[in-house]
Amino acid sequence: MSADAIPVDSTVAPQPTGSTNKPIKTTGLHIGEAEPGCAKVDPILVVDNVRRTFGGLTAVDVDHIEVPRGAITALIGPNGAGKTTLFNLLTGFDKPDAGKWTFEGRSLSGVPAYRVARMGQIRTFQLTKALGLLTVMDNMLLGAKGQSGENLFRALLPFLWRSQEEGNRAKALDLLTRFKLDTKKDDYAASLSGGQRKLLEMARALMSDPTLVMLDEPMAGVNPALTQSLLDHILNLKAEGMTVLFVEHDMHMVRHIADWVIVMAEGKVVAEGDPHEVMRNPAVIDAYLGQHHDEDIGEDSDVENQHVSAVKELLDDER
Amino acid sequence: MTNASPEALPAPLPLRDTVVEVKNVTAGYVTGVNILNSCSLTAYDGELIGIIGPNGAGKSTLLKSIFGQVKVRDGEILLRGKNITNLKANKLVAQGVGFVPQNNNVFPTLTIRENLEMGIFQRPKGLHERLEFVTDIFPELGKRMSQRAGSLSGGERQMVAMSRALMMGPEVLLLDEPSAGLSPVRQDEAFLRVKEINKAGVTTIMVEQNARRCLQICDRGYVLDQGKDAYTGTGRELLNDPKVIGLYLGTLGQD
Amino acid sequence: MDWGAIFGNAAVELISPTTAAYALAALGLAVHFGYTGLLNFGQAGFMALGAYGYAISILTFGFPVWGAFLVGVGASVVFALILGVPTLRLRADYLAIVTIAAAEIVRLLFTTNTFSAVTGSANGLSGYKNEFAALNPLAEGSYGFGPFENNAYDTWLRIVAWSIVILAALLVWQIMRSPWGRVIKGIREDEDAVRALGKNVYAYKMQSLILGGVFGTIAGMIFALPRAVVPSNYQTTLTFFIYAILLLGGAATVLGPIIGSMIFWVLLSFFSGFVARAVEAGWLPFMTSVQGGQLRFILVGVAIMLIVIFRPQGIFGNKKELSFVR
Repeated sequence: MSADAIPVDSTVAPQPTGSTNKPIKTTGLHIGEAEPGCAKVDPILVVDNVRRTFGGLTAVDVDHIEVPRGAITALIGPNGAGKTTLFNLLTGFDKPDAGKWTFEGRSLSGVPAYRVARMGQIRTFQLTKALGLLTVMDNMLLGAKGQSGENLFRALLPFLWRSQEEGNRAKALDLLTRFKLDTKKDDYAASLSGGQRKLLEMARALMSDPTLVMLDEPMAGVNPALTQSLLDHILNLKAEGMTVLFVEHDMHMVRHIADWVIVMAEGKVVAEGDPHEVMRNPAVIDAYLGQHHDEDIGEDSDVENQHVSAVKELLDDER
Repeated sequence: MTNASPEALPAPLPLRDTVVEVKNVTAGYVTGVNILNSCSLTAYDGELIGIIGPNGAGKSTLLKSIFGQVKVRDGEILLRGKNITNLKANKLVAQGVGFVPQNNNVFPTLTIRENLEMGIFQRPKGLHERLEFVTDIFPELGKRMSQRAGSLSGGERQMVAMSRALMMGPEVLLLDEPSAGLSPVRQDEAFLRVKEINKAGVTTIMVEQNARRCLQICDRGYVLDQGKDAYTGTGRELLNDPKVIGLYLGTLGQD
Repeated sequence: MDWGAIFGNAAVELISPTTAAYALAALGLAVHFGYTGLLNFGQAGFMALGAYGYAISILTFGFPVWGAFLVGVGASVVFALILGVPTLRLRADYLAIVTIAAAEIVRLLFTTNTFSAVTGSANGLSGYKNEFAALNPLAEGSYGFGPFENNAYDTWLRIVAWSIVILAALLVWQIMRSPWGRVIKGIREDEDAVRALGKNVYAYKMQSLILGGVFGTIAGMIFALPRAVVPSNYQTTLTFFIYAILLLGGAATVLGPIIGSMIFWVLLSFFSGFVARAVEAGWLPFMTSVQGGQLRFILVGVAIMLIVIFRPQGIFGNKKELSFVR
């Protein structure tokens, strides 16, 4: 498909995603040049002039971003670039100093976090928020939407919500099995390892059948061998018609599954495009990827001898 | 001149000193649940040891056991032959062991300078010289010594934590996932710094999630699985071992 | 040493209406603190509102028992809203400070001479029992056996009091097993996580505050029925006694507040009975009777400390579920 393709009809069947070994990328997402703030054929999230400062430090200063629907978009950038702050702003966990943004055409400015979640935009957190004092199953059940037993008065009459609960439980078990956490369903989430908690958070996010899934560093702390199946899960989301926006540092993962990449640095969007293009962008390499990113750094030549002598002097001082 | 008797073997090559020895250690956080199950590790003088493995395998727990933050239930840990099992962390620092934790690794309300001062708290002599040495290694920190550590990004906090551990001029440095949460370029910087510190003579033990990079720079590596040291070898050996690749490294790196 | 009297008096506390009142107030606090993590230090204020709300409605406005009951509950809901609206969006510590202050303000309003026509100021109110007694279906006479023998009014009071406690306990038990309870327990641990799952955290906290507060208010009414309504009964010490009971029994349990209250009162009665007679019998020559009477409060303080240090989850509590237990 070329960049001048006819706008995508949203009733068209979801994109095929292939297997983890050869994901099929969605192309033709943008209109015009692939540059920061470029328009998308079918945007699900449109951000305008959003600014957030923390006492003199500008954390986010975004002119325009459009996130394409039904695709997997990666948000990359150095630490302190404003990625998590942007996430917080978009999901209602933080208030911007200025700006507006829409989700599915509806304005989200000033909408509190819990309502944003109910509208179908679910996020995970950089520092996992698996509720350790609840069991794994309870965590999952909390993620379900529209459980009438969550109303104070209806809670007293179990017959009103029992069958819903059973349905949610079955769905939870299915998700837990997919994420290989089913054997732990009755354990307290605090007893899970760090990586397992990440998986739980992702599984829990899926309980409400969200439209947009926002994952904040989903791979951090996950065993590299498990990464394969996690990527499968994310590709499945796309297959089921969801849109994914994730923050990540693992460039292999990004290159592998992202259809589109947005690069942030110092609060601004500095590049946009498909993964291969973006990773060849010299500005991106300088600020983010590093010159060595595809090489082996085990060679002695990379070591700064100046630093080594500084450490030696310190050690001598001690001994 | 005495002649050695015909049967005597030539004097053996002097073995490198064993700096840290973990012998069949079993440890855990919650009573009744062991994370480490008879795990062993040896670090020789001046080595850079990498510890990798899946989540829940006990990598961080191993490091914390060495540093006295997790109760060792069985087995022992020796520092240059001296038993340091279950010794409190502050005593270990006095013996020259430095620890760089993964999270909560700086005092957020203190400035960078104050954080570094905390590193040398037990023996404050030579503070100014040490600060200079440290800012030579991390010039980015030198420019902002009065900035509150809480306002720093994750990678910058890493640097502060590492410098703080260095302030004591440690003999042994323990690092818990130094690359966690960092962008690729910062990760590479962090790994190179670790290598530089090790080259200066600090025996270094590093737990890492980024197995590929870790094995590229370390001298020897240990692969932990279910609380036990499952495989060991030089960094290169492990990097190319198909078993290790299949189970832990994943094939994604081969893209 | 009249051991019979000592044990008898202590045993009676098991079913006394005061024990029931404290159990109900502790159950309310369990909803606040044990299950939701709300630091309410003003449960005494809720109790005062119940006692005064009931007494004033009967004495000044001539309401029937049901009317007086509803006035008390209504006052409780308003009080909870006043407390919650400004503080529930802030850190937990703010609620603690605000509730201590609010409870004291309530007590002082009831103590001041300005309203003494209605509140009886420092002397309080009495003479409001007849309407409640009139509802008694039991005939005149004695009910029960041994130390548990009571007249018709006292028996009626005990039946009503403990029925309410049991109903409240069943309500809490059911509600905490429900999805609502699950949201509440999630809020206790991490509000942001729960918010991110689409739950209106502020509304849940307010509901919890109101529910636990209403329990405290009804407890205040039960507390007032066997005695007079006197403002000095509703000082902060009352709140701390309720916390002692809650921690003893288990902060996030249903049986905990009830059994905790029973144990608390039985032991308190036992010790005060024992110490009083010991002083009389000359066993504790370094103490006077008055001092002996104060000793039991020192014991409560020491007991709270020991519980928090050695078994913060209390008798029935589950360590794995409590966020303040490490």
